[in-house]
Amino acid sequence: MTLSGNWFLALAAVLFSIGAVGLLIRRNVLVMFMCVELMLNAVNLTFVTFSKMLDDINGQSLVFFVLVVAAAEVVVGLGIIVSIFRRRPDATADDLNMLKG
Amino acid sequence: MMAALFPLLSVLHPVLAVPTIDRLVFAVCAVIVLSGALGVVLSSNPVYAALSLVLTLFGVAVLFVEEDAQFLAAVQVVVYAGAIVVLFLFVIMLLGVDRQESMRSERLPAQRPLALLLGLAALGELLALSRLTHWSTGPRGASGAPATGGGGNTAALARSIFTTYLLPFELTSLLLIIAVLAAVVLARRPGQHPIEPPALVETDDSNLPMPGPDPDEEIDGVRNVDAESIGFGGGRGPQ
Repeated sequence: MTLSGNWFLALAAVLFSIGAVGLLIRRNVLVMFMCVELMLNAVNLTFVTFSKMLDDINGQSLVFFVLVVAAAEVVVGLGIIVSIFRRRPDATADDLNMLKG
Repeated sequence: MMAALFPLLSVLHPVLAVPTIDRLVFAVCAVIVLSGALGVVLSSNPVYAALSLVLTLFGVAVLFVEEDAQFLAAVQVVVYAGAIVVLFLFVIMLLGVDRQESMRSERLPAQRPLALLLGLAALGELLALSRLTHWSTGPRGASGAPATGGGGNTAALARSIFTTYLLPFELTSLLLIIAVLAAVVLARRPGQHPIEPPALVETDDSNLPMPGPDPDEEIDGVRNVDAESIGFGGGRGPQ
């Protein structure tokens, strides 16, 4: 018998909350991006935990797809960040109001 | 800290049949994961935040091994810690390492307490969900293949991906191609044709140390190229 899955779920909940709070309170766009990665990792941990608790491999397949989408998201997001910072070298998330009418 | 965690673990959930090594691995990894996450959120230097992110990702990878997901643990280390964090570090270095965020000033005064309140509410709800409901007594999925089939974890995962989820797996290749195209388009300088010879650009080294942000002047493209030749220059100006 191994450790109960509830511990992993609780750890994932704490990790997700830390990521969410960090996304809300930080102003550096890169660090906000890293907080999104924290939240994705928490969700991945939850998926793997349920895959073990229910003895069902499909949770791990979903984690695989989440990894692929996260990689694509990071590439596009960092491209956007680089092209923003090329225009405005000291921009924080508060200064990104170019779409404001 | 470890000595404080063990009575807590055994008091809250007395699973006596759990081997000590499992509890030890989980406790150590939980501390690593949470300290890395707090490091990401609280460190004002983005390089430290990226390195803390590596710490969290390694902890999650060890937890994957603990939960018999060995292939995903390897992918986590290779893709996340090996590729994504390196990409983050590349962008941080490209944009200037010494760009520090002041943690003191906040434009909206109510944002930080509200964010903490919201995070605590979400944490409470998630913990209540994971504690109060009986997840493992639910019905199995319709296509539920056992996680511990013949051939081990990697074979079971490959069987699931290449049979049940074959079409989504092929669609991810399309997604990756779109992401590569988007990265190329975003990285191109606006107004500069790719075939254009670079001899038209005058690179005068006398005005290289650029001052701070001046968004009205930088749109014309020539100054962008100058900034490019010294590595975007934004971080080297007077702070």
